[in-house]
Amino acid sequence: MNVLVFIDHVDGHIKKASLEAASYGAQLAQKAGGTAEAIALGNLTEDLATLGKYGIQKVHQVKNDALNTIDAQVYTKVIEQAVQQTGAKVVVFSNNSTGKLVAPRLSVRLKAGLVAGAVALPDTTNGFVVRKNVFSGKAFANVSINTDIKIISLNVNAFTISATGGTAEVVPFNATVDAPKVKVIDTTKASGKVSLTEADIVVSAGRGLKGPENWKMVEDLADSLGAALACSRPVADAHWRPHNEHVGQTGVAIAPNLYIAIGISGAIQHLAGVNRSKVIVVVNKDPEAPFFKAADYGIVGDAFEVVPKMLEAVKKVKASS
Amino acid sequence: MKILVCISKTPDTTAKIAFTDNNTKFADAGVQWIINPYDEWYALVRAIELKEADASTSIHLATVGGADAEPIIRKALALGGDEAIRINVDPSDSYQVAAQIAEVAKQGNYDLVLTGKETIDFNNGSVGGMLAEFLDMPYVAQATSLQLAGTTATVKREIEGGEETVEVALPLVVSCQKGMAEARIPNMRGIMAARTKPLKVVEASGNETLTNVAEFGLPPAKAGVKLVSPDNVDELIRLLHEEARVI
Repeated sequence: MNVLVFIDHVDGHIKKASLEAASYGAQLAQKAGGTAEAIALGNLTEDLATLGKYGIQKVHQVKNDALNTIDAQVYTKVIEQAVQQTGAKVVVFSNNSTGKLVAPRLSVRLKAGLVAGAVALPDTTNGFVVRKNVFSGKAFANVSINTDIKIISLNVNAFTISATGGTAEVVPFNATVDAPKVKVIDTTKASGKVSLTEADIVVSAGRGLKGPENWKMVEDLADSLGAALACSRPVADAHWRPHNEHVGQTGVAIAPNLYIAIGISGAIQHLAGVNRSKVIVVVNKDPEAPFFKAADYGIVGDAFEVVPKMLEAVKKVKASS
Repeated sequence: MKILVCISKTPDTTAKIAFTDNNTKFADAGVQWIINPYDEWYALVRAIELKEADASTSIHLATVGGADAEPIIRKALALGGDEAIRINVDPSDSYQVAAQIAEVAKQGNYDLVLTGKETIDFNNGSVGGMLAEFLDMPYVAQATSLQLAGTTATVKREIEGGEETVEVALPLVVSCQKGMAEARIPNMRGIMAARTKPLKVVEASGNETLTNVAEFGLPPAKAGVKLVSPDNVDELIRLLHEEARVI
């Protein structure tokens, strides 16, 4: 069963989420007895041969200026051509901003079943069954794909990147590329230094901080950890912080290795957006805050006293390691 | 300007999640159903705002579901939809939903098709993109803003670590999320008017699916929180560094 992995990139560099997808695709190909190849569109400065480290044998690259704009229609038709030429039976995307644009379209175009938001390798013992989170992380579903070609988009941070060694063969792919109908007129970076959906560590704060003027200590803690900043819904609704920092059921859903929640009570809707975090730390002065029930570690205490101490403790650990 | 807003019925955000029939079916006894928040707060309300700016705009609603979906369709009409179409089938995957709505959309000649970025039950976020492919229209996902000037849409969409602003000519499919609009509550006038607005029921045309849920399950329960004294913050960071190995 040959696998084709879509490689996404930003500023010329392969996105971390695509390395996760590459590792996933390579392990799937190995398990199912096939080859793992990749398709990369547009102008990358990074050497695509490095994808060999993650188990990719061959990378098909389409260099065409029209592909520097991510137009879902254009991308879908090019990937369709790559699927046809490589004979891939499984196409793997990251379930990131590009995957969410392209994978559903490709599903219709190829009449290939899609599991969006996979969290584990498929079970191929009886059919082709892929696990995904449902009900905003409160449950999972094992979804059977019943078509000849299968499409999987892998949740960001759901699969460990495994680098072994090796070099991929990079070959030009001659595709028919349509003119994009979507024109990019501006790109802005979010206020945070680290992308929230891809971050390993997220530091988040809520109404317990009493006002936007008190965010400096949270930013300092996030900086010391190399973490992304987030907030609860009431904070975003009060315009203390930008909407793109709101994590929760109706905001951004995240799955970092470490989620630190400061002054957030942990309403069920907030938990739904963060419950895929591997480790949850809660700092709240209310010992009855529901968030403690979902936490791995906690401190019952005043954020204004605890957070500066956390910052100092992190600095000490960083200095000694 | 004709806008189609896709509406989905989902369990309330606080609903208890449990399964029946050997974990193959969501246990919906006693569950309160709502309009999927992304469909209501962002897609539908943005459509209403566009209509408020241009009175010649009409807003149609489409949902795929049985008669039990009608209360949420009526609520969407009360908020400001003009008429609704219910495709009478209980859907089992995104492809089926998109294929059914596409049949309705092809007949309606819509300038703009809006969906929420995903539903809060299956979290697929696939119907918008699938629909765009069925309709051969451009697609912008996870949009936080949508402005129209004649037949050109300016859309902001979330990308990793920021936002991208794109320009696209109509017709267009957009999936909407936070930032797009502010949630509204239906008023009494809207609720009364909704009772007489058209709600057409059409039978499904073909019922092809590409996937099916083999089994649902619940994640293992947490072991319990390890509390650290606020006077010993160093210990917390040590645990995160040495025990959890996340710092």
